[in-house]
Amino acid sequence: MSYLKPLFSHPKLPKNKLGYTLKEYEGSLSTLCAGCGHDSISAAIVRACFELSIEPHLVAKISGIGCSSKTPTYFLGNSHGFNSVHGRMPSVATGANMANKELVYFGVSGDGDSASIGMGQFVHVIRRNLNIVYVVMNNGCYGLTKGQDSATADRGSKNKSGSVNPFEAIDLASMAIELGASFVAQSFSGDKQQLIPLLKAAIQHPGFAFINVISPCVTFNNNPGSTKSYDYVREHIEATSALDFVPVKKEIRVNYAEGASAEVGLHDGSKIHLNKLSMDWDPEDRISVVNALQNAKVKEEILTGLLYVNTDWKDLSRTLNITDSPLNRLKESDLCPGTEELQHINEGFR
Amino acid sequence: MKTRINDFIVRFANVNGTGSASANYLFAKTIFRMGIPVTPKNIFPSNIQGLPTWYEVRVSEKGYLGRREGIDLMISVNPQSMAKDVQSVKPGGYFIYDSTKKLNPDYERADIHYLGIPMMEMATKAFEDPRKRQLLKNIIYVGALVRLLDMDQQTIRELISEQFEGKKALIEANFQALTLGMEFVEKNYDFPLSFRLEKRNLLENKILVDGNTACGLGAVYGGATLMAWYPITPSTSVAEAFESFCEKYRRDEDGKNKYAFIQAEDELAAMGMVIGANWNGARAFTATSGPGVSLMSEFLGLGYFAEVPAVLIDVQRAGPSTGMPTRTQQSDLLAAGYASHGDTKHILLFPASPKECFELTAEAFDLAEQLQTPVFVMTDLDLGMNDHVSDPFEWEKERKYQRGKVLTTEDLENIGKYGRYLDSDGDGIPYRTYPGTHPTKGAFFTRGTSKDEYAAYTEDGAAYKRNMDRLTLKWNTAKTLVPNALIQHSDTSSSLGILYFGTSTFSSEEARDILSEEGIQVDSLRLKAFPFGKEVEDFVESHRVIFVIEQNRDAQMRKMIVMELNCHPQKLVPILNYDGMPITADAIKSQIVSYLNTESNPNHELSKATV
Repeated sequence: MSYLKPLFSHPKLPKNKLGYTLKEYEGSLSTLCAGCGHDSISAAIVRACFELSIEPHLVAKISGIGCSSKTPTYFLGNSHGFNSVHGRMPSVATGANMANKELVYFGVSGDGDSASIGMGQFVHVIRRNLNIVYVVMNNGCYGLTKGQDSATADRGSKNKSGSVNPFEAIDLASMAIELGASFVAQSFSGDKQQLIPLLKAAIQHPGFAFINVISPCVTFNNNPGSTKSYDYVREHIEATSALDFVPVKKEIRVNYAEGASAEVGLHDGSKIHLNKLSMDWDPEDRISVVNALQNAKVKEEILTGLLYVNTDWKDLSRTLNITDSPLNRLKESDLCPGTEELQHINEGFR
Repeated sequence: MKTRINDFIVRFANVNGTGSASANYLFAKTIFRMGIPVTPKNIFPSNIQGLPTWYEVRVSEKGYLGRREGIDLMISVNPQSMAKDVQSVKPGGYFIYDSTKKLNPDYERADIHYLGIPMMEMATKAFEDPRKRQLLKNIIYVGALVRLLDMDQQTIRELISEQFEGKKALIEANFQALTLGMEFVEKNYDFPLSFRLEKRNLLENKILVDGNTACGLGAVYGGATLMAWYPITPSTSVAEAFESFCEKYRRDEDGKNKYAFIQAEDELAAMGMVIGANWNGARAFTATSGPGVSLMSEFLGLGYFAEVPAVLIDVQRAGPSTGMPTRTQQSDLLAAGYASHGDTKHILLFPASPKECFELTAEAFDLAEQLQTPVFVMTDLDLGMNDHVSDPFEWEKERKYQRGKVLTTEDLENIGKYGRYLDSDGDGIPYRTYPGTHPTKGAFFTRGTSKDEYAAYTEDGAAYKRNMDRLTLKWNTAKTLVPNALIQHSDTSSSLGILYFGTSTFSSEEARDILSEEGIQVDSLRLKAFPFGKEVEDFVESHRVIFVIEQNRDAQMRKMIVMELNCHPQKLVPILNYDGMPITADAIKSQIVSYLNTESNPNHELSKATV
């Protein structure tokens, strides 16, 4: 069940460019377990949308099934949401996006939803470069059915009942890069500093923006021996960069790490500043990214940050050369060839 | 021998991938242009090249467009199937074959006529290019038919000129092949045959087109802006038609598309895209066949329960499983009507002609949005892939799309608390909002889980039940919105009825006439939709026996009537055909007559045996 939050808010809460406070971006109270990583991700989404001054009603949140897929209820309460069927969020999001390309789309999924039952759709939505922020809240287990291993559980990881996963893990970020995703990032639900700018950049990215967020399951997969536990992730995390997202005009640049700085420009004029920690890696060079991920794997490190970005590839609606007006706004006069033309068509069948 | 005019069946036996289809089509189209009712049927394998394929053309002055048994003339150009083809000719019929090779003595029958034409030899002599030889060999036999059946020469030449417009050399070559065939008959055989064609004016205004093209066009007229689909026989040509009409009619001034056309990774994704687009206020549809419906069931259940419109064109083929992919059947009724788990049901529409494919596809979008639920257009391979003589397509000037109950920004300003699943009009249909309509009002969470009137998740049994009961109320509203069944009463009042739908229509109506000639009067009802309206209930109620005619093994429509109308099962007698070929009037008539005979002469054999 969902709880309604009190409508009261402090009059001095900071407002964004639209005059909204953070409150306008919140959703219902979460019903997930206390301490669930997913709630931190929801909070980061709220914060990112607030900071970017996005109209909440111009966002559509689409999810599959599972704990992660419940979260769209817990952020952006003024946006339409669609909790669809298990593993099929990408297709629903594709249809929705075709109907109206002007909205901001959040696709929210989990490791079961994307790496198992929904692998087919995950792969194909990447191929098509749908313009969407695709967030996988990855906890390595099936939370809602009480803790079974998922396909992203690492080989050798121990679950709560003590059994050791004998199967190789599917690495969604590497896969997304291989498949041609135009924006791939990895983060940790406990790292708000990194996650919020990543989300902001993903929203602004004109194409498929994938963020794989390690999000520990406090109830079923936070035990010693699990490679998706808070402790394990904190010990093995290796940020590729510290980054900040800079919207058009307003430049905030945070340099809090050593190393060379890189800048990725988006087509709308906004920029992503990256402070690279890893010198042999270039976020615009797929080969170097794949190498970095493979090396991290050998070292049992979890590489986080913006891993790869390519702003030149066309998103699906551009590939399909769809007209400027959203398709859902077209009227009879735009769509129907008319009575007279039908006479000509009939003539062709005589 | 008496001459039969405009009443016979010709069958062509070819190898697929040899260009025979266009020659055979030329034959059928010429008859159409001569103003004579004609029904061509392609009987083809699930294969691209090298297997037997047949093209059967029924000519019927009386305008019967169903299939009929009995082949009067066989054009056999496929040695693979020749043994069977010889046997399929009616006694007294004709067998035309390529006499370049001598006929195998095993194929000789005393009761049919043989007309050998050395087609390959003639083609080889006349044409240089090997591919051309093969293609024009087909035109040579059409030329022979011009003479044998008295086809109109000018008409066929016009058609050839239209087909190859601007390609003078090709037109000349086709004319040459045509003449070769004609001259061969003139020199070697008596002509015309004892059955032949005669120009009529019976098809004024009619068109000759296949149902899939009509569905694709109906979707363009009906305002579909997204088609998501996965290739599957026999529905693929719906997608091809939609795309090609869109290329012509849906481009803006800058050459950009006023539609999206997506070949999905599978049928699950295709239906997901359709649901997503409809949820977001665009008209979207898919076309598939039985195996695709199985895969789409999960989403169809979501569409029903979350109340999202969707249009699905099901071009049925023979099941179960992969079944016979290139044979026709009406066997997805239960799978479609009750697709998905839980208490789920869906609206089905049953077109019987290309005109109705066009109309009902366009109407499906209105119904789906008015009722906020998936709607199926139930066509089949026979209707979808074969050309049919049809009334022309019609579209009322200034016709508006019925977009159903959708709240605008102003509406939202003026109402109190918005409840997505609140039945404020008492018809079971609540109000939708599209994403992005209003900054602070009207947003809701669509879900496949149970919810209350305000779209909030709930596991409260009473709220769940209220919602399910409202869906039943909506289902009852649907009965008043879907197209009515067409009822025809016989001249004398009858206690017998026949009930049919879709492609069983032509043969059922022909059977009704044959029965009437034999003194058996039946009333008839043609279903156009599920759920059944009051008129269907009354018809079933008011007749003692109703013959339910359909093309599947399990009498699926009969089952649906029993389930939905709560009538006595015994009064519904199944009349079935499920060999994958379109049902014939003879098959219907003989099953009905046999039932009536058994009924009037109760069988005493059992008691005899026990004596």
